[in-house]
Amino acid sequence: MESTIIKSRNFNASFGTNHVVKNVNIDIPRNQIVAVMGPSGCGKTTYLRCINRMHELIPGASSSGEMRLNNEDIYQMHPIFVRLKIGMVFQRPNPFPNLSIYDNVIAGYKLNGIKLPKADRDRIVEHSLTSVALWNEVKDSLNKKGSFLSGGQQQRLCIARCVAMEPEVILFDEPTSALDPISTSTVEELFHELKKNYTLVIVTHNMQQAARVSDKTAFFFLGELVEYDETKTMFTNPKDNRTQNYITGRFS
Amino acid sequence: MAQLETELQLLKTEAVNMWSLVNSQLSKARQAFLTFDKDLAREVVLKEKRVNGSELKIDRDCENIFALFCPVAIDLRFLLAVLKINSNLERIGDISEGIAKYIIDAEAPFSEELLNVTRILPMYEEAVNMLDDTQAAFEREDTVLARSVFKKDDFLDSVNKGSNKVLEAHLKDHPGDTAQALWLMSIIRKLERVGDGCKNVAEEIIFYLEAKVLKHKNKFV
Repeated sequence: MESTIIKSRNFNASFGTNHVVKNVNIDIPRNQIVAVMGPSGCGKTTYLRCINRMHELIPGASSSGEMRLNNEDIYQMHPIFVRLKIGMVFQRPNPFPNLSIYDNVIAGYKLNGIKLPKADRDRIVEHSLTSVALWNEVKDSLNKKGSFLSGGQQQRLCIARCVAMEPEVILFDEPTSALDPISTSTVEELFHELKKNYTLVIVTHNMQQAARVSDKTAFFFLGELVEYDETKTMFTNPKDNRTQNYITGRFS
Repeated sequence: MAQLETELQLLKTEAVNMWSLVNSQLSKARQAFLTFDKDLAREVVLKEKRVNGSELKIDRDCENIFALFCPVAIDLRFLLAVLKINSNLERIGDISEGIAKYIIDAEAPFSEELLNVTRILPMYEEAVNMLDDTQAAFEREDTVLARSVFKKDDFLDSVNKGSNKVLEAHLKDHPGDTAQALWLMSIIRKLERVGDGCKNVAEEIIFYLEAKVLKHKNKFV
């Protein structure tokens, strides 16, 4: 039976007086891929950033309501711990430019002051790069800088950096919008592999990507969660007219 | 209007034109059958090529829209429905041609009594009505009208089902009508298939508009 890993209840987020996420209730099932889509400014990225408490880093930002990880209140946990459990991958690949590929993968440990024996570091690097299908491509150049890789490889390196911390959930904010179609396809294939061990939440503007990769899809509009259902249902028979208009390109 | 919407609108117009053409074929074959008009029957046979051409054009247009626009939701259902409606209409076009060919090959007009006992004339009229109704339902996006087609098909089925016994009884008294009876039986079978085709089309209209799959289900629940 599917179990819920992230649960939001009456969740709201604002920037000052600008109320951008309104009363969102959502259950994200473990080891599934949930796509979050909606027009620009609908609150989907803000909602994503609330899941691992990145939202609160912005001056003037606030939130209310419940956000739970494994039924524990995320907002009662230490934010660093939350971000260890809930990793994030951004729109543009952002490996540390001065670090080697190897050091990029274990950057999370270094930055958090976690010291590991060399053998453990090697194992984590190999495991993380293998799980993002990058190991074979870079195993002979681990000491080269991450920024020498192609855009698609850099994004997979960023995913490996995230995976290295063994999170339970990985949040992706438009992870392929800066990639070419072949790299996009590689990353999409990777999603299917990753979901065996992690829960993925992906904000995407690319509706076909949402349709291709996700198990469930949420549609946000004007800060509200309009509809949340199985992706197959959302793309064949959405219940709300706003969803239908959006996915069929009839949005005005 | 978005490009996809324009393409779908054009496709709908093409489908309606195909419907009108098939409707005209079925009605002309009926007229040729009623009046034993071999010229009209030949016209139906000649025009069958246009039906085939129209089917190919609609198939190609659907394929292009799938490839270029990746339609979803109601647009996807519309395209899937049009593809299936298209092949059903083409089959009804074939049936019209088949009936017209019988008229061309027949040696004499059908006997009045045989026409009456088999109820083939009201059956034919109902088949044409059903095709009309599906076209109107599609154009007006009217699922109530589409559903009314299921009930009408019952009449066609009952005529078809009873035809063996009716013809058997008739032939006992009129053994000379055997050849004509066999022709009529074939036409009755064809009209029954027109009814089935219209029913399939009505199911597709409901699928497209309501996202309900009625295939292989009791339509009256």
